[in-house]
Amino acid sequence: MVRRHFILRVTTKLLMPFILMFALYVQFHGDFGPGGGFQAGVIFGAGFILYALIYGVEAAEQVARPWLIRIVMAFGLLLYLGVGYLGMVLGGEFLDYNVLSSSPVGGQHLGITLVEFGVGTTVAATMITVFFSFAGRMRRRSQPEQ
Amino acid sequence: MAIGIVRLDNLFAVVMLSGIYSLISASLFVTLDAVDVAFTEASVGGGIATVLMLATLALTGDTEKPGKGHLQILPLAVVVLTGALLIYGTLDMPSFGDPMAPIHQHVAPRYIEEAPRATGIPNIVTSVLASYRGYDTMGELTVIFTAGIGVILILGARRRRDD
Repeated sequence: MVRRHFILRVTTKLLMPFILMFALYVQFHGDFGPGGGFQAGVIFGAGFILYALIYGVEAAEQVARPWLIRIVMAFGLLLYLGVGYLGMVLGGEFLDYNVLSSSPVGGQHLGITLVEFGVGTTVAATMITVFFSFAGRMRRRSQPEQ
Repeated sequence: MAIGIVRLDNLFAVVMLSGIYSLISASLFVTLDAVDVAFTEASVGGGIATVLMLATLALTGDTEKPGKGHLQILPLAVVVLTGALLIYGTLDMPSFGDPMAPIHQHVAPRYIEEAPRATGIPNIVTSVLASYRGYDTMGELTVIFTAGIGVILILGARRRRDD
């Protein structure tokens, strides 16, 4: 079992840090280059999906616990809404980033970064959840045969 | 390629073809200088969607049920009519890349001029997406979140009772 897909296992292990790092780069460099929360979330989720495909869903769930992923999934959307309401609390309109910082430009930058982070976390968590749900369904179906 | 997708019975090949189609359209977006869209298309359409379709195939089986065989007139008529209407609708659209087109006259110049200064962010796509169109992006995020909830409810709910 250990010898199976030897090249795939080694390559996945080598690529994982780069995939996750690239996702973070896309996330936080999205202000300057192409990219942003959606793409970063998908790449981050794809890293976990690749790991789950090669090493099995159980191994991936050691890191990405299903309950944790569900919390992260809700956290991203709440962060987005929270930034929106924070603008209201600080005297602006909903999703008005100008009031978040001392200067409007700084506030816009801060707001966009936070909002994109919210987008990224929710997208990544949703992708992982969807894949794990499919894989869990498959596992349940294969269990009675064993 | 589209004809191949329709004609093939082997759904595995169909999924592969649609993944290839996504990658090709991503490179098409690159040549149109829409790097952000190309990025999304390559990662979502070419990557995640293909993997999820393959996971679905593993659950359901990878050959299509044989159809009824005979030519179905009504669906064909609807498709042809819709296509003809859409082509008719494009006739009075401005030609491709026309600088006087309404889309280049309305808010786009304001975004291009104002966005880097007002938000301090050089990538206009990001500033429009997250700031000027903040509500839209929030809606999109809610859609993704709802989709995730739906998948949990449909596929993942029984798991907890098993454990």
